[in-house]
Amino acid sequence: MAIDTGDPRIIEFDVRTDELLVNMGPQHPSTHGVLRLVLKTDGEVVSDVEPHIGYLHRCAEKIGENLTPRQWIPYTDRMDYLAGMSMNLGWSLCVEKLLNYEVPEKGRHLRVIIAELQRIASHLVGMGAYGLDLGTFSPFLYAFREREKILDLFEEACGARLTYSYITPGGATADLPRGWLQKCEAFLDQFEPVIQEYHTLLTSNAIFIKRTAGIGILSPEMALDYGCTGPVLRGSGVDYDLRRDGEERYTEMYDGYAFEVICQRHGHYPQDHDYPPVPKEAVLGDCWHRFYVRMLEVVQSVDLVRQGIERYSRARGSWGEPIKLSTKLPKGEAYLETECPRGQMGFYIVSDGSAIPIRARARSSSFCNLSVAPELCRGCLIADVPAIIGSLDIVMGEIDR
Amino acid sequence: MAGQTLLDRLKQKFGDKIAGANLQAIDPWVEVRPDGLVEVCQYLKQEPDLKFELLNCITAVDYFEPDPKKAAKAGFEPHLELVYHLSSVTKKHSLVLKVMLPRWKDDVPGQLPEVPSVSGVWRTADWHEREVYDLSGVWFVGHPHLRRILCPEDWEGHPLRKDYELPLEYHGIRGR
Repeated sequence: MAIDTGDPRIIEFDVRTDELLVNMGPQHPSTHGVLRLVLKTDGEVVSDVEPHIGYLHRCAEKIGENLTPRQWIPYTDRMDYLAGMSMNLGWSLCVEKLLNYEVPEKGRHLRVIIAELQRIASHLVGMGAYGLDLGTFSPFLYAFREREKILDLFEEACGARLTYSYITPGGATADLPRGWLQKCEAFLDQFEPVIQEYHTLLTSNAIFIKRTAGIGILSPEMALDYGCTGPVLRGSGVDYDLRRDGEERYTEMYDGYAFEVICQRHGHYPQDHDYPPVPKEAVLGDCWHRFYVRMLEVVQSVDLVRQGIERYSRARGSWGEPIKLSTKLPKGEAYLETECPRGQMGFYIVSDGSAIPIRARARSSSFCNLSVAPELCRGCLIADVPAIIGSLDIVMGEIDR
Repeated sequence: MAGQTLLDRLKQKFGDKIAGANLQAIDPWVEVRPDGLVEVCQYLKQEPDLKFELLNCITAVDYFEPDPKKAAKAGFEPHLELVYHLSSVTKKHSLVLKVMLPRWKDDVPGQLPEVPSVSGVWRTADWHEREVYDLSGVWFVGHPHLRRILCPEDWEGHPLRKDYELPLEYHGIRGR
């Protein structure tokens, strides 16, 4: 919020104040991990923000140059550790693109189910943690209660709760266990009505709206200029989702699935479900809209998982055995982006013909989304900084790699 | 957009600044000479029917075989490749640009190769170029504040170079 010096309520405008550098993080709860922000402040007003990253840098790309693609899967888990399945999927599709490998139909539907469940789990953390940033604790507990059930489902499918390494080049490490689909459906039936609770707690909560509406407004042009993707881009009203607009290798996974890209078109959001109304204080591209897009995507993902279950149970044949650990890669390079919960996650592989790639690159979505933060925070109040950073929903593991 | 039409158009407009192309690759690419990079990017972003408004990624690939015995069979000359992945949100197409650089400027080890910065075209290039500089050692001329982003400011060397060696110690921490 810019300060109007002509405002008679501000009595100290002619007092000369000094600018102060305030360090926030890297051990600050609302920086979502080890992010350090250096704020240049004039009283309560932030005039500049400088993010310092790299505290969680683990040289993942260098490690990728010394391992075969399947061996690198566990390292992709540890990039966006809140959406490990989506990371596995991104890398697997990239390797399959280089190998020109087709996953059987059943495997594709399995991947849709898993990836969309992961999106729900990831957005739940994003939503709960955002509540924490703004000073409310209960949504966090509500979100983790439901996320726990998704993790239980994942545990049953692959044995792990956070770093899955489940989806691999070729398909997945195993088929879904017997009875899993029924459990998944039972979860969806139970989960769908719960979303209303989140809307009551946050989306249409007057305090929440006051803290987020009209704060950190990101114009579509600036979003694209800074390479923002995912809910951050769609929150600014740009109709772009790789599940619909991406490369064929990725979009064919979603062939025949009915879904509408969540973004505001012609002044309103999709109306296929009973969503809470947009408050009049909210401006397109502000923190509230980014949050709202995530909430709507949760409902969308529930629909997609249901459709996936139906298709998966009709599909015959194999789910897709993983490729051999030391499969020789053809000489060449391939780049592929997928729509992960936090935006477009791209993987790039370069091979010289041996089993080990000479370059493995991860294009991180949070990395680009965070780079716009100084632009958004300029001129806001210190208390709005966590609101803006939280609305970008960053994961440091993915930024630092 | 068909690759050949775009390539012809770029060649007509920029002449020998377009150094080559491979349209048969999995992701077809166009090679640009370093001195023409900013112009080409500006053109690709602004032309109404191309509109590459999203710079997805900048990657540096180090083609180098440190083992002299294997180097002869490696199948490539030692060089550094910069790969720019662009896409258009409105037109829904994508393009790959490549810039070939020597591994070291004037073949003096330690002298970073130079390439003009495209951070004036896409602001997202700011952080991407800092990352490439930090990890792969490419000097982007015209970047507003080119400094390390992931490694500490006083780190030595560029870890994604194939001949990089981990320091023996860093501030009293054993490296290897």
